[in-house]
Amino acid sequence: MGRTILHVDCNCFYASVELLHHPELRGKPVAVGGDPEARHGIVLTASYEAKHRGVKTGMALWQAKQACPEVIFLPPRMDLYLRFSRMANEIYAQYTDLVEPFGIDENWLDVTASAGIKGDGMTVAREISDRVKRELGITVSIGVSFNKILAKLGSDYKKPDAITGMREWEFREKAWPLPASDLLYVGRSTTAKLYKLGILTIGDLANAPEELLHAHLGKMGSILWVFANGYDDSPVKAENVHAPIKSIGNSTTTPRDLENDQDVKIVLYLLAESVGRRLRENGFRCRVVEVSVRDNELYCFTRQHKLDYATNATGEIAEEAYRIFLENYDWTKPIRSVGVRGSDLVNDNYWEQLDLFSSVERRERLRKMDAALDDIRRRFGFFAVQRGLMHCDKGLAGLDAREEHTVHPHGYFG
Amino acid sequence: MSDAKIYVDVKAKFSKDGKLTPTSIVWTDGREYEIQRVKDVCRAASLRAGGAGIRYTCIISGRESHLYYEDNNMWFVERR
Repeated sequence: MGRTILHVDCNCFYASVELLHHPELRGKPVAVGGDPEARHGIVLTASYEAKHRGVKTGMALWQAKQACPEVIFLPPRMDLYLRFSRMANEIYAQYTDLVEPFGIDENWLDVTASAGIKGDGMTVAREISDRVKRELGITVSIGVSFNKILAKLGSDYKKPDAITGMREWEFREKAWPLPASDLLYVGRSTTAKLYKLGILTIGDLANAPEELLHAHLGKMGSILWVFANGYDDSPVKAENVHAPIKSIGNSTTTPRDLENDQDVKIVLYLLAESVGRRLRENGFRCRVVEVSVRDNELYCFTRQHKLDYATNATGEIAEEAYRIFLENYDWTKPIRSVGVRGSDLVNDNYWEQLDLFSSVERRERLRKMDAALDDIRRRFGFFAVQRGLMHCDKGLAGLDAREEHTVHPHGYFG
Repeated sequence: MSDAKIYVDVKAKFSKDGKLTPTSIVWTDGREYEIQRVKDVCRAASLRAGGAGIRYTCIISGRESHLYYEDNNMWFVERR
Protein backbone atom coordinates (compact mmCIF):
# COMPACT_ATOMS: atom_id res chain seq x y z
CA MET A 1 0.00 0.00 0.00
CA GLY A 2 1.23 3.49 -0.80
CA ARG A 3 2.26 5.88 1.92
CA THR A 4 0.51 9.11 2.87
CA ILE A 5 2.99 11.90 3.47
CA LEU A 6 2.12 15.50 4.32
CA HIS A 7 4.45 18.45 4.07
CA VAL A 8 3.29 21.29 6.28
CA ASP A 9 4.79 24.71 5.66
CA CYS A 10 3.94 27.66 7.91
CA ASN A 11 3.40 30.63 5.58
CA CYS A 12 5.83 33.51 6.12
CA PHE A 13 6.39 32.05 9.55
CA TYR A 14 8.24 34.84 11.39
CA ALA A 15 6.16 37.57 9.79
CA SER A 16 2.91 35.71 10.56
CA VAL A 17 3.82 35.23 14.22
CA GLU A 18 4.76 38.90 14.46
CA LEU A 19 1.53 40.00 12.77
CA LEU A 20 -0.47 37.88 15.19
CA HIS A 21 1.17 39.81 18.02
CA HIS A 22 0.85 43.18 16.26
CA PRO A 23 -2.79 43.49 15.18
CA GLU A 24 -2.16 47.15 14.35
CA LEU A 25 0.27 46.17 11.58
CA ARG A 26 -1.95 43.67 9.78
CA GLY A 27 -2.44 44.50 6.13
CA LYS A 28 0.76 46.55 6.06
CA PRO A 29 4.03 45.47 4.45
CA VAL A 30 6.14 44.01 7.23
CA ALA A 31 9.57 42.42 7.13
CA VAL A 32 11.26 40.61 9.98
CA GLY A 33 15.01 40.86 10.09
CA GLY A 34 18.22 42.55 11.00
CA ASP A 35 18.52 45.22 13.56
CA PRO A 36 16.57 48.25 12.31
CA GLU A 37 18.22 50.50 14.93
CA ALA A 38 21.69 49.64 13.73
CA ARG A 39 20.44 49.78 10.15
CA HIS A 40 22.09 46.61 9.07
CA GLY A 41 21.14 43.02 8.54
CA ILE A 42 18.93 41.24 6.06
CA VAL A 43 15.28 40.39 5.64
CA LEU A 44 14.55 36.96 7.15
CA THR A 45 10.87 36.84 6.24
CA ALA A 46 8.53 39.29 4.55
CA SER A 47 4.75 39.37 4.89
CA TYR A 48 2.71 38.83 1.71
CA GLU A 49 1.99 42.55 1.50
CA ALA A 50 5.73 43.24 1.53
CA LYS A 51 6.48 40.41 -0.91
CA HIS A 52 3.96 41.79 -3.37
CA ARG A 53 5.85 45.06 -3.33
CA GLY A 54 9.16 43.45 -4.14
CA VAL A 55 10.65 42.70 -0.73
CA LYS A 56 12.43 39.36 -0.81
CA THR A 57 13.99 37.13 1.80
CA GLY A 58 17.73 37.73 1.98
CA MET A 59 17.63 41.36 0.84
CA ALA A 60 19.65 43.86 2.82
CA LEU A 61 17.35 46.14 4.81
CA TRP A 62 18.29 49.15 2.69
CA GLN A 63 17.41 47.25 -0.49
CA ALA A 64 14.05 46.31 0.98
CA LYS A 65 13.44 49.94 1.85
CA GLN A 66 14.28 50.90 -1.72
CA ALA A 67 11.86 48.32 -3.13
CA CYS A 68 9.10 49.31 -0.73
CA PRO A 69 9.61 52.61 1.12
CA GLU A 70 6.68 52.04 3.49
CA VAL A 71 7.94 48.64 4.67
CA ILE A 72 7.97 48.21 8.46
CA PHE A 73 10.94 46.33 9.91
CA LEU A 74 10.59 44.25 13.04
CA PRO A 75 13.57 42.78 14.90
CA PRO A 76 13.44 38.99 15.03
CA ARG A 77 12.32 37.30 18.25
CA MET A 78 13.64 33.83 17.69
CA ASP A 79 12.57 32.46 21.05
CA LEU A 80 8.97 33.39 20.32
CA TYR A 81 9.16 31.65 16.93
CA LEU A 82 10.64 28.55 18.51
CA ARG A 83 7.71 28.52 20.95
CA PHE A 84 5.22 28.67 18.09
CA SER A 85 7.15 26.02 16.20
CA ARG A 86 6.86 23.77 19.25
CA MET A 87 3.12 24.43 19.59
CA ALA A 88 2.65 23.49 15.93
CA ASN A 89 4.64 20.31 16.52
CA GLU A 90 2.37 19.43 19.43
CA ILE A 91 -0.57 19.54 17.03
CA TYR A 92 1.22 17.36 14.46
CA ALA A 93 2.14 14.89 17.18
CA GLN A 94 -1.55 14.18 17.72
CA TYR A 95 -1.74 12.71 14.24
CA THR A 96 1.50 10.76 13.98
CA ASP A 97 4.76 10.09 15.78
CA LEU A 98 6.59 10.29 12.45
CA VAL A 99 7.34 14.00 12.21
CA GLU A 100 10.52 15.23 10.58
CA PRO A 101 11.35 18.94 10.77
CA PHE A 102 12.95 20.70 7.80
CA GLY A 103 13.97 23.99 9.31
CA ILE A 104 11.90 25.72 11.94
CA ASP A 105 8.70 26.17 9.94
CA GLU A 106 8.43 23.07 7.76
CA ASN A 107 7.69 19.47 8.69
CA TRP A 108 7.04 16.18 6.98
CA LEU A 109 4.40 13.97 8.54
CA ASP A 110 3.91 10.31 7.68
CA VAL A 111 0.21 9.76 8.42
CA THR A 112 -0.13 6.42 6.62
CA ALA A 113 -0.94 4.54 9.81
CA SER A 114 -3.42 7.17 11.04
CA ALA A 115 -5.82 6.60 8.13
CA GLY A 116 -8.11 4.27 10.10
CA ILE A 117 -8.70 6.73 12.92
CA LYS A 118 -8.10 10.15 11.45
CA GLY A 119 -9.10 9.64 7.83
CA ASP A 120 -7.20 9.97 4.56
CA GLY A 121 -4.41 12.45 3.87
CA MET A 122 -6.70 15.24 2.68
CA THR A 123 -8.91 14.93 5.77
CA VAL A 124 -5.95 15.04 8.13
CA ALA A 125 -4.48 17.98 6.18
CA ARG A 126 -7.73 19.93 6.46
CA GLU A 127 -7.95 19.22 10.17
CA ILE A 128 -4.34 20.28 10.82
CA SER A 129 -4.77 23.42 8.75
CA ASP A 130 -7.93 24.39 10.67
CA ARG A 131 -6.38 23.69 14.04
CA VAL A 132 -3.19 25.66 13.38
CA LYS A 133 -5.32 28.58 12.24
CA ARG A 134 -7.60 28.44 15.26
CA GLU A 135 -5.03 27.58 17.92
CA LEU A 136 -1.95 29.47 16.74
CA GLY A 137 -3.51 32.20 14.63
CA ILE A 138 -1.25 31.55 11.62
CA THR A 139 -1.80 29.76 8.31
CA VAL A 140 -0.12 26.78 6.71
CA SER A 141 0.18 25.30 3.23
CA ILE A 142 0.06 21.54 3.05
CA GLY A 143 1.07 19.14 0.32
CA VAL A 144 -0.49 15.67 0.37
CA SER A 145 1.39 12.95 -1.44
CA PHE A 146 2.96 9.50 -1.29
CA ASN A 147 6.53 10.72 -0.92
CA LYS A 148 8.38 13.59 0.70
CA ILE A 149 9.60 15.31 -2.46
CA LEU A 150 6.16 15.58 -4.04
CA ALA A 151 4.57 16.53 -0.71
CA LYS A 152 6.95 19.46 -0.54
CA LEU A 153 6.14 20.44 -4.12
CA GLY A 154 2.49 20.32 -3.09
CA SER A 155 2.93 22.68 -0.16
CA ASP A 156 4.77 25.13 -2.43
CA TYR A 157 2.15 24.79 -5.19
CA LYS A 158 -0.38 27.14 -3.68
CA LYS A 159 0.13 29.64 -0.85
CA PRO A 160 -0.96 30.83 1.61
CA ASP A 161 -3.50 28.75 3.50
CA ALA A 162 -3.95 26.01 0.92
CA ILE A 163 -3.96 22.23 0.58
CA THR A 164 -2.67 20.61 -2.60
CA GLY A 165 -2.84 16.93 -3.47
CA MET A 166 0.12 15.41 -5.34
CA ARG A 167 -1.09 11.83 -5.30
CA GLU A 168 -0.31 8.98 -7.72
CA TRP A 169 -3.08 9.86 -10.14
CA GLU A 170 -2.54 13.61 -10.23
CA PHE A 171 1.13 14.46 -9.71
CA ARG A 172 2.04 14.18 -13.40
CA GLU A 173 -0.64 16.63 -14.33
CA LYS A 174 0.21 19.10 -11.53
CA ALA A 175 3.93 18.79 -10.95
CA TRP A 176 5.29 18.10 -14.40
CA PRO A 177 4.44 21.49 -15.95
CA LEU A 178 6.29 23.26 -13.10
CA PRO A 179 9.77 24.67 -13.79
CA ALA A 180 12.55 22.25 -12.85
CA SER A 181 13.88 24.80 -10.37
CA ASP A 182 10.85 24.20 -8.11
CA LEU A 183 12.25 20.79 -7.27
CA LEU A 184 14.27 20.38 -4.09
CA TYR A 185 18.00 20.59 -4.84
CA VAL A 186 17.62 22.23 -8.22
CA GLY A 187 19.43 25.51 -7.61
CA ARG A 188 20.68 28.16 -9.95
CA SER A 189 23.64 26.23 -11.33
CA THR A 190 21.71 22.99 -11.85
CA THR A 191 18.93 24.95 -13.56
CA ALA A 192 21.50 26.38 -15.97
CA LYS A 193 22.93 22.93 -16.73
CA LEU A 194 19.45 21.50 -17.30
CA TYR A 195 18.60 24.43 -19.53
CA LYS A 196 21.51 23.54 -21.80
CA LEU A 197 20.06 20.04 -22.13
CA GLY A 198 16.71 21.55 -23.07
CA ILE A 199 15.15 20.53 -19.78
CA LEU A 200 12.90 23.26 -18.50
CA THR A 201 10.17 21.56 -16.52
CA ILE A 202 9.93 18.78 -13.97
CA GLY A 203 8.15 16.76 -16.67
CA ASP A 204 11.14 17.22 -19.03
CA LEU A 205 13.35 15.98 -16.22
CA ALA A 206 11.15 12.93 -15.60
CA ASN A 207 11.05 11.99 -19.28
CA ALA A 208 14.75 12.57 -19.96
CA PRO A 209 16.92 9.44 -20.16
CA GLU A 210 18.46 8.84 -16.77
CA GLU A 211 21.86 8.12 -18.37
CA LEU A 212 21.90 11.56 -19.95
CA LEU A 213 21.26 13.25 -16.60
CA HIS A 214 23.84 11.07 -14.92
CA ALA A 215 26.41 11.91 -17.57
CA HIS A 216 25.93 15.65 -17.11
CA LEU A 217 25.13 16.00 -13.44
CA GLY A 218 26.66 12.89 -11.91
CA LYS A 219 24.93 11.14 -9.05
CA MET A 220 22.68 14.15 -8.49
CA GLY A 221 21.32 13.69 -12.03
CA SER A 222 19.96 10.26 -11.17
CA ILE A 223 18.55 11.52 -7.88
CA LEU A 224 16.69 14.35 -9.59
CA TRP A 225 15.32 11.92 -12.16
CA VAL A 226 14.04 9.75 -9.29
CA PHE A 227 12.51 12.81 -7.60
CA ALA A 228 10.76 13.97 -10.77
CA ASN A 229 9.26 10.56 -11.45
CA GLY A 230 7.89 10.22 -7.94
CA TYR A 231 10.16 7.26 -7.14
CA ASP A 232 11.67 8.82 -4.00
CA ASP A 233 10.99 6.52 -1.07
CA SER A 234 13.06 8.10 1.70
CA PRO A 235 11.34 7.66 5.06
CA VAL A 236 10.06 10.41 7.33
CA LYS A 237 12.65 10.20 10.06
CA ALA A 238 11.04 10.04 13.47
CA GLU A 239 14.20 9.87 15.45
CA ASN A 240 15.38 13.26 14.49
CA VAL A 241 18.21 14.41 16.67
CA HIS A 242 18.81 17.72 14.96
CA ALA A 243 17.51 20.95 16.39
CA PRO A 244 15.39 22.96 13.94
CA ILE A 245 17.94 25.77 13.98
CA LYS A 246 21.66 25.71 13.38
CA SER A 247 23.07 27.80 16.16
CA ILE A 248 22.37 30.04 19.11
CA GLY A 249 24.75 32.87 19.82
CA ASN A 250 25.13 36.08 21.71
CA SER A 251 27.52 38.93 21.10
CA THR A 252 28.08 42.34 22.56
CA THR A 253 30.01 45.52 21.96
CA THR A 254 31.45 46.42 25.31
CA PRO A 255 31.09 49.89 26.92
CA ARG A 256 34.87 50.17 27.10
CA ASP A 257 37.58 48.34 25.17
CA LEU A 258 38.69 45.07 26.71
CA GLU A 259 42.34 45.15 27.65
CA ASN A 260 43.28 41.92 29.35
CA ASP A 261 42.34 38.28 29.71
CA GLN A 262 40.16 38.87 32.75
CA ASP A 263 38.03 41.50 30.97
CA VAL A 264 37.41 39.02 28.17
CA LYS A 265 36.74 36.21 30.61
CA ILE A 266 34.00 38.22 32.32
CA VAL A 267 32.27 38.99 29.04
CA LEU A 268 32.65 35.45 27.70
CA TYR A 269 31.08 34.02 30.84
CA LEU A 270 28.26 36.51 30.63
CA LEU A 271 27.58 35.61 27.01
CA ALA A 272 27.87 31.89 27.78
CA GLU A 273 25.22 32.34 30.51
CA SER A 274 22.79 33.60 27.93
CA VAL A 275 23.71 31.05 25.25
CA GLY A 276 23.46 28.21 27.79
CA ARG A 277 20.14 29.39 29.15
CA ARG A 278 18.62 29.66 25.70
CA LEU A 279 19.92 26.24 24.70
CA ARG A 280 18.40 24.75 27.87
CA GLU A 281 15.10 26.56 27.43
CA ASN A 282 14.69 24.98 24.03
CA GLY A 283 15.99 21.56 24.96
CA PHE A 284 19.06 21.86 22.71
CA ARG A 285 22.71 21.03 23.23
CA CYS A 286 25.62 22.20 21.12
CA ARG A 287 28.54 20.19 19.80
CA VAL A 288 30.62 23.12 18.64
CA VAL A 289 31.57 26.31 20.47
CA GLU A 290 32.51 29.33 18.43
CA VAL A 291 34.11 32.57 19.57
CA SER A 292 34.20 35.79 17.58
CA VAL A 293 36.46 38.72 18.38
CA ARG A 294 36.60 42.20 16.91
CA ASP A 295 39.45 44.51 17.88
CA ASN A 296 39.23 48.28 18.17
CA GLU A 297 40.28 48.71 14.56
CA LEU A 298 37.33 46.54 13.53
CA TYR A 299 39.45 43.62 12.39
CA CYS A 300 37.56 40.51 13.34
CA PHE A 301 37.95 36.75 13.33
CA THR A 302 36.06 33.69 14.53
CA ARG A 303 37.42 30.41 15.82
CA GLN A 304 35.51 27.29 16.66
CA HIS A 305 36.13 24.00 18.32
CA LYS A 306 34.24 20.73 18.39
CA LEU A 307 33.40 19.46 21.86
CA ASP A 308 33.84 15.89 23.04
CA TYR A 309 30.26 15.87 24.28
CA ALA A 310 27.17 17.84 23.39
CA THR A 311 26.50 20.35 26.15
CA ASN A 312 24.28 23.17 27.29
CA ALA A 313 26.08 23.78 30.59
CA THR A 314 27.09 27.42 31.02
CA GLY A 315 30.35 26.43 32.69
CA GLU A 316 31.44 24.10 29.91
CA ILE A 317 30.57 26.55 27.15
CA ALA A 318 32.35 29.40 28.93
CA GLU A 319 35.46 27.34 29.69
CA GLU A 320 35.71 26.21 26.11
CA ALA A 321 35.15 29.74 24.79
CA TYR A 322 37.83 31.14 27.08
CA ARG A 323 40.25 28.38 26.09
CA ILE A 324 39.68 29.09 22.39
CA PHE A 325 40.21 32.77 23.04
CA LEU A 326 43.51 32.29 24.93
CA GLU A 327 44.82 30.08 22.15
CA ASN A 328 43.99 32.55 19.42
CA TYR A 329 44.59 36.08 20.64
CA ASP A 330 47.91 37.78 21.17
CA TRP A 331 46.72 41.16 22.54
CA THR A 332 48.29 43.36 19.90
CA LYS A 333 45.18 45.52 20.11
CA PRO A 334 42.38 46.05 22.63
CA ILE A 335 39.08 44.35 21.88
CA ARG A 336 35.84 46.09 21.04
CA SER A 337 33.36 43.27 20.85
CA VAL A 338 33.15 39.54 21.44
CA GLY A 339 30.61 36.84 20.76
CA VAL A 340 29.94 33.28 21.82
CA ARG A 341 27.94 30.83 19.78
CA GLY A 342 26.89 27.24 20.23
CA SER A 343 26.38 25.45 16.92
CA ASP A 344 25.86 21.97 15.49
CA LEU A 345 22.80 21.74 17.72
CA VAL A 346 21.12 18.52 18.72
CA ASN A 347 17.89 18.01 20.62
CA ASP A 348 16.83 15.91 23.58
CA ASN A 349 16.66 12.73 21.50
CA TYR A 350 20.39 12.84 20.89
CA TRP A 351 22.42 10.11 22.52
CA GLU A 352 26.14 9.56 22.64
CA GLN A 353 28.65 7.03 23.82
CA LEU A 354 30.23 7.87 27.17
CA ASP A 355 33.82 6.96 27.81
CA LEU A 356 35.36 5.61 30.98
CA PHE A 357 37.51 8.59 31.73
CA SER A 358 35.15 11.54 31.64
CA SER A 359 33.34 12.46 34.79
CA VAL A 360 29.66 11.84 34.27
CA GLU A 361 29.03 12.89 37.86
CA ARG A 362 30.69 16.25 37.37
CA ARG A 363 28.59 16.90 34.30
CA GLU A 364 25.45 15.88 36.17
CA ARG A 365 26.35 18.34 38.95
CA LEU A 366 26.84 21.10 36.39
CA ARG A 367 23.47 20.28 34.89
CA LYS A 368 21.76 20.49 38.28
CA MET A 369 23.51 23.74 39.10
CA ASP A 370 22.35 25.31 35.86
CA ALA A 371 18.79 24.10 36.48
CA ALA A 372 18.87 25.67 39.96
CA LEU A 373 20.32 28.94 38.63
CA ASP A 374 17.75 29.10 35.83
CA ASP A 375 15.02 28.62 38.40
CA ILE A 376 16.33 31.33 40.72
CA ARG A 377 16.70 33.76 37.81
CA ARG A 378 13.26 32.97 36.47
CA ARG A 379 11.76 33.82 39.85
CA PHE A 380 13.95 36.68 41.04
CA GLY A 381 15.60 38.11 37.94
CA PHE A 382 18.94 37.65 36.20
CA PHE A 383 21.02 39.60 38.71
CA ALA A 384 19.64 37.71 41.73
CA VAL A 385 22.55 35.33 41.53
CA GLN A 386 25.95 36.01 39.96
CA ARG A 387 29.29 34.36 39.49
CA GLY A 388 32.08 35.72 41.71
CA LEU A 389 33.94 36.68 38.55
CA MET A 390 31.25 39.28 37.76
CA HIS A 391 32.21 41.29 40.84
CA CYS A 392 35.64 42.00 39.40
CA ASP A 393 34.15 44.59 37.07
CA LYS A 394 30.57 45.67 37.62
CA GLY A 395 30.56 47.80 34.46
CA LEU A 396 31.23 44.87 32.19
CA ALA A 397 29.05 42.46 34.17
CA GLY A 398 25.98 44.65 33.66
CA LEU A 399 26.07 44.22 29.90
CA ASP A 400 23.08 43.28 27.87
CA ALA A 401 23.82 40.34 25.63
CA ARG A 402 22.34 40.61 22.17
CA GLU A 403 20.71 37.62 20.55
CA GLU A 404 21.81 36.15 17.27
CA HIS A 405 20.75 33.12 15.38
CA THR A 406 21.37 31.29 12.19
CA VAL A 407 18.47 29.34 10.89
CA HIS A 408 18.82 27.03 7.94
CA PRO A 409 17.11 23.79 7.17
CA HIS A 410 19.36 20.82 7.44
CA GLY A 411 20.09 18.98 4.22
CA TYR A 412 17.56 16.53 2.86
CA PHE A 413 20.14 13.74 2.88
CA GLY A 414 21.43 14.56 6.38
CA MET B 1 2.00 45.36 21.44
CA SER B 2 -1.60 46.28 20.71
CA ASP B 3 -3.70 48.08 23.29
CA ALA B 4 -6.34 45.37 22.98
CA LYS B 5 -4.05 42.96 24.86
CA ILE B 6 -4.11 43.40 28.63
CA TYR B 7 -1.88 41.32 30.85
CA VAL B 8 -3.52 40.69 34.21
CA ASP B 9 -2.78 39.09 37.56
CA VAL B 10 -4.75 35.93 38.07
CA LYS B 11 -5.67 33.83 41.06
CA ALA B 12 -6.13 30.20 40.21
CA LYS B 13 -6.93 26.84 41.70
CA PHE B 14 -4.72 23.81 41.04
CA SER B 15 -6.65 20.62 41.66
CA LYS B 16 -4.93 17.44 42.76
CA ASP B 17 -5.74 15.79 39.45
CA GLY B 18 -3.79 18.48 37.65
CA LYS B 19 -6.50 20.88 36.54
CA LEU B 20 -5.75 24.60 36.47
CA THR B 21 -8.81 26.81 36.93
CA PRO B 22 -8.57 30.59 37.19
CA THR B 23 -10.82 31.94 39.98
CA SER B 24 -10.36 35.70 39.73
CA ILE B 25 -8.52 38.36 37.78
CA VAL B 26 -7.13 41.68 38.93
CA TRP B 27 -7.89 44.43 36.42
CA THR B 28 -5.38 47.19 35.62
CA ASP B 29 -7.09 49.56 38.09
CA GLY B 30 -6.46 47.09 40.91
CA ARG B 31 -10.04 45.86 41.24
CA GLU B 32 -10.49 42.15 41.55
CA TYR B 33 -13.17 40.36 39.56
CA GLU B 34 -14.41 36.95 40.48
CA ILE B 35 -14.71 34.37 37.71
CA GLN B 36 -18.18 32.93 38.26
CA ARG B 37 -17.86 30.07 35.85
CA VAL B 38 -15.47 28.65 33.28
CA LYS B 39 -17.54 27.53 30.32
CA ASP B 40 -14.89 26.14 28.07
CA VAL B 41 -11.15 25.49 27.90
CA CYS B 42 -9.28 25.03 24.63
CA ARG B 43 -6.17 26.11 22.79
CA ALA B 44 -6.85 29.19 20.73
CA ALA B 45 -5.33 32.28 19.19
CA SER B 46 -6.70 35.75 19.82
CA LEU B 47 -6.49 37.72 16.58
CA ARG B 48 -7.92 40.80 18.28
CA ALA B 49 -5.46 41.01 21.17
CA GLY B 50 -2.62 39.28 19.32
CA GLY B 51 -1.44 36.13 21.03
CA ALA B 52 -2.10 32.46 21.48
CA GLY B 53 -2.42 30.05 24.35
CA ILE B 54 -4.97 28.15 26.39
CA ARG B 55 -8.25 30.03 26.22
CA TYR B 56 -10.61 30.01 29.20
CA THR B 57 -14.09 31.18 28.33
CA CYS B 58 -15.17 32.76 31.62
CA ILE B 59 -18.28 34.37 33.01
CA ILE B 60 -17.19 37.52 34.82
CA SER B 61 -19.85 39.86 36.24
CA GLY B 62 -22.44 37.97 34.25
CA ARG B 63 -20.67 38.54 30.95
CA GLU B 64 -18.65 36.18 28.84
CA SER B 65 -14.93 36.99 28.53
CA HIS B 66 -11.92 35.21 27.15
CA LEU B 67 -8.90 34.77 29.39
CA TYR B 68 -5.73 33.41 27.75
CA TYR B 69 -2.86 31.59 29.40
CA GLU B 70 0.24 32.00 27.24
CA ASP B 71 2.97 29.43 27.42
CA ASN B 72 5.34 32.06 28.83
CA ASN B 73 3.18 31.72 31.99
CA MET B 74 1.41 35.05 31.53
CA TRP B 75 -2.31 35.66 31.40
CA PHE B 76 -4.03 38.19 29.17
CA VAL B 77 -7.54 39.32 28.33
CA GLU B 78 -8.92 41.14 25.30
CA ARG B 79 -9.96 44.69 25.98
CA ARG B 80 -13.62 45.10 25.10
